[in-house]
Amino acid sequence: MGDYMRTPLYEDHVRRGAKITEYAGWEMPLQYAGIAREVEVVRKKVGLFDISHMGEFTVSGPNALDLLQYVTTNDISKLDISRAQYTLLCNENGGVIDDLIIYRLAEQHYLLIVNAANEKKDFDWISGHNSFGAKLENHSAYIALIAVQGPLAERTLQDVAKMNVEEIGRFQIAITKIAGQWCQVARTGYTGEDGFEVLSDVNDCADIWNALLTSGEQYGVKPIGLGARDVLRLEAGLPLYGHELTDETSPVAARLMWVVKPAKGDFIGKAAILQAKENGGGRKLAGIEAIDRCIPRHGCDVTVDGKAVGTITSGTFSPTLGKGIAMAYLDADMAAVDMAVEVTTGARTCACRVVSTPFYKRT
Amino acid sequence: MDPSKFKYSKTHEWVNAEDDTATIGITEYAQSELGEIVFVELPEIGISFSKGDAFGTIESYKTVSDLITPISGEVVEINAELAESPEFVNESPYEKGWMIKLKMTKLAELDELMTAQQYENAPKEH
Repeated sequence: MGDYMRTPLYEDHVRRGAKITEYAGWEMPLQYAGIAREVEVVRKKVGLFDISHMGEFTVSGPNALDLLQYVTTNDISKLDISRAQYTLLCNENGGVIDDLIIYRLAEQHYLLIVNAANEKKDFDWISGHNSFGAKLENHSAYIALIAVQGPLAERTLQDVAKMNVEEIGRFQIAITKIAGQWCQVARTGYTGEDGFEVLSDVNDCADIWNALLTSGEQYGVKPIGLGARDVLRLEAGLPLYGHELTDETSPVAARLMWVVKPAKGDFIGKAAILQAKENGGGRKLAGIEAIDRCIPRHGCDVTVDGKAVGTITSGTFSPTLGKGIAMAYLDADMAAVDMAVEVTTGARTCACRVVSTPFYKRT
Repeated sequence: MDPSKFKYSKTHEWVNAEDDTATIGITEYAQSELGEIVFVELPEIGISFSKGDAFGTIESYKTVSDLITPISGEVVEINAELAESPEFVNESPYEKGWMIKLKMTKLAELDELMTAQQYENAPKEH
């Protein structure tokens, strides 16, 4: 392989028998025991993910808030210290540059976690609009990120963290020590389960990873690859940049208007997004469930009576539900629950129906 | 079941011929290239196929492919267990993962297939 980047845990993944894949310029674990088994571990027990490939920026100083209000769609002024917010970076046309989570670490100090594939693009974009004079720094090369996800994530983390992790509410972040190493622990994730994401120095993350694997052993913890991560996020109905979200996709079509707050003042893309909302119509993101035994796949056409009504953006086999599931952009009048549609995959036509998302919701 | 005695096709199916009945499945190499299999679609009993026909489909997380019969014949039995347990193809491609049995109509086609040794040494294409 060429000049791919590796996380500090790469050797550990290989030693544990992971199949390695190239993703966004990184060599990452695709799977260990197998996708279906790994999904089940996260749904029923607890899984550990090395997601150190993701990008981390900080925005700080007296003008941090103004810069973030201008480049993101959600209202960051509503965010209290130690809380997190899901938000979007949009371009002037209202297309989604990336989706991200912003954590407010201190009064004038914000942490942004962005998709690995968009790290440079996002940084350049925010930097290019920083006429506010906020301090913007890219720490991606120095920060490692481990996700602990599943119903037994809290117990696994509690056994090694020097704090009562129960106190960390959903979308909150706290500083603590694990295996003697300082880290920040946020109750966020991308699996549809309860869970945490642990940020640390790249030099410390192996200690944290090993401590969690050891403490979690009694709970059935396993390392989980990107293959299962994609299935988990799709079962949970969570969008992925490059699939449901692109630079040409509006938050209106992606049904993400709950993170767009026009009342907060001016921000990039506001006029275009409001225009798209006004126009209505167009295609809308919808869930699709296969009735036939098949997987509706990314790029496949969705048809009704042979007429194209949409395109699949992500599709997989859901081991939790035992059927093919997908997300698709569908003509607005077709994006109604229980609508019968067909998906053409290769030479086959597969009977499907429109369903509400998430496909899976934890109980 | 002794895969070293089976015949093999370039499209990575194996054939175990006993009298005029051929059991067909996919090879260890094929299952490992496909990865975790989630659906195996097999034909109904009584359907006739000619050599090179698609007799079904196999779908994994990674991709969906046609299953190609390396010989001609009529389907006399299918492995119905694969509907519920497609993972048998990954776990046991030469035994529990068998797919169909054909009553062969052109026995001479067996001679056109590769031996285990020849298949082993053949360049692998996807």
